[in-house]
Amino acid sequence: MSNEYTDREVILSIRHVDISFDVGNKKKFVAVKDANFDIYKGETFALVGESGSGKTTLGRAILRINPCSAGEILFEGKRISGKISREEDRNVVRNIQMIFQDPAASLNERATIEYCISEGLYNFHLYENEEDRVAKVDRALQSVGLLPEHKSRYPHEFSGGQRQRVGIARAMIMDPKFIVADEPISALDVSIRAQVLNLMNRLKAEKNLTYLFIAHDLSVVRFIADRIAVIHMGEIVEIADSETLFQYPLHPYTISLLSTVPMPDPLVEKERKHIVYDPSQLDQSGAARSLREIRPGHFVFATDLEFEGYEAKLEKLEREKA
Amino acid sequence: MEENRNIILSAKDVEVQFRVRDRYLTAIRGVSLDLYEGETFAIVGESGSGKSVFTKTFTGMLESNGSVTKGSVMFHGKDLTKLKSDKDWEGIRGAKIATIFQDPMTSLNPIRTIGSQITEVIEKHQGVSASEAKAQAIELMERVGIKNAADRFNEYPFQYSGGMRQRIVIAIALSCHPEILICDEPTTALDVTIQAQIIALIRDLQRELKFTTLYITHDLGVVANVADRVGVMYGGQIIEYGTVEEVFFDPRHPYTWALLSSLPQLGVKGEELYYITGTPPSLYNEIKGDAFAPRNEHALKIDFVEEPPFFRVSDTHYAKTWLLDPRAPKLEKPAVIQDLHEKIKKMTDKGGAFHVE
Repeated sequence: MSNEYTDREVILSIRHVDISFDVGNKKKFVAVKDANFDIYKGETFALVGESGSGKTTLGRAILRINPCSAGEILFEGKRISGKISREEDRNVVRNIQMIFQDPAASLNERATIEYCISEGLYNFHLYENEEDRVAKVDRALQSVGLLPEHKSRYPHEFSGGQRQRVGIARAMIMDPKFIVADEPISALDVSIRAQVLNLMNRLKAEKNLTYLFIAHDLSVVRFIADRIAVIHMGEIVEIADSETLFQYPLHPYTISLLSTVPMPDPLVEKERKHIVYDPSQLDQSGAARSLREIRPGHFVFATDLEFEGYEAKLEKLEREKA
Repeated sequence: MEENRNIILSAKDVEVQFRVRDRYLTAIRGVSLDLYEGETFAIVGESGSGKSVFTKTFTGMLESNGSVTKGSVMFHGKDLTKLKSDKDWEGIRGAKIATIFQDPMTSLNPIRTIGSQITEVIEKHQGVSASEAKAQAIELMERVGIKNAADRFNEYPFQYSGGMRQRIVIAIALSCHPEILICDEPTTALDVTIQAQIIALIRDLQRELKFTTLYITHDLGVVANVADRVGVMYGGQIIEYGTVEEVFFDPRHPYTWALLSSLPQLGVKGEELYYITGTPPSLYNEIKGDAFAPRNEHALKIDFVEEPPFFRVSDTHYAKTWLLDPRAPKLEKPAVIQDLHEKIKKMTDKGGAFHVE
């Protein structure tokens, strides 16, 4: 089992990253504390948390929008955080693309779809001639299920789902290796969500992409993610592969998140207990917490005492499920 | 059972049009709805289906370019569609029918204290003294779960979290003891963990204060949790309604099937999620037949020609689809939503992905 994790190629490493913001009066607000994990090539890694948990901040740090105040981020083994050369910076921008939550807000409303999608090509001169550029735009449009004749239209002429496809096409045309998708379906209608998720899955398989999928909704994440990290108030509290996290959740915050996923069944839903996260259940001794590996690939944020408790709980769960 | 209950509000064949530049958009195309006293009715639909517009006719809050062009909304013997000025609405809007909106930040005034925003409403509607209003306001704040309410009375909205702001909005809505509380996507802007708390709060308050709740939402999980009855809206019409069990476990309209089928909770990893092709109809044009027909893989010829009437499934369950006509071919609902209860139960029972302890 352990080989499964050690043998895989790491594409992105977050190494003990802190991200803080000045809030005036020489005070600092630490939005992300000691984030430390690897993302493997070809997987969908989900970062799940509530608003204010730091999930978007961390995603933006990968894109070099937010600077790290401690630690470093490696992409394909090379450091991409902090000061890097202009050439490396361009390399990051090209290879790591982002899909945003609100496609209406992330597209230039005065530009045609053709321009929106070509922008990256222009900035990086990634085309040989006009003909080549147009062909690339057409291919990008087709890959997301839109038609070449949509090129001359403006973003407002599209529905929410179509606009999100344009947002995806805009990222795909750069031929990236890694995509940070920040709540890509939260602003979309239920029926459209499924289309965009299917599209993302298809593109991932076709182009061997790696996704960092940032979300607050565990039901969506379960469907799309290979591994999941749960983040709460800037701290990663649990990491596991998707099925493990659902089968053997350990951290009380993870459990509370799971209990609040609404289920589309009135009989079940009316009986369901929603567990409110209560940090006072945790070890209050003041002992230091760290992210520890409790089973291969399954990490939980704990003190010594809490770790023992999680171990006991996990053994009990394993016996029950065996 | 339903016949014995009192109807508190009755909408009949409501049509709403908006004038947009030189064109008319028919946002609501003949919707009828009887609300029973004390029940929780949920209207579910996607954006643009008309669910918000429809309920805005109950409080006279349509945008200025919109108007009710047909139909009536009867409430306490009064036809609400006949009310014009703000003065006509006095004593109804906010007082008997109150609304909670999606984003608490836009419902609260950012530069006034929380306390003054609650007392203003109490003073205006109940005509009590300032000190009495303050006492009531603090009591209400405590009732909606604000700890140290007296201390937080003089704070501003920015000092409150999103969930707490929504609690304040609920407190303001309830300060006049409304008979109907319209909750327009009350939890969409909130985090999932807060969402569960706000839903529970509204339910507890409803039991205690006995008001009727009308939920508007696109989230079927929320509907399953809160609703006694459900109406599904599409293209400006209610296309199916029934008790919450009937709509979830025995849905009849292909749009309801599609909506349920595309839930990510039902997705199987490694397989495609079900999705609805195409886009909703443009409401600028006249819609012929069943509005969902162009996106409906089960559409019959007649669906493109003639609008279906409501067919009765049970005394409480009706659906507007030709599939229920005796001459229609017999069709099973999609496999993914068959045995829905068994499937979900498996997920939440011991050993299931959503089981917690």
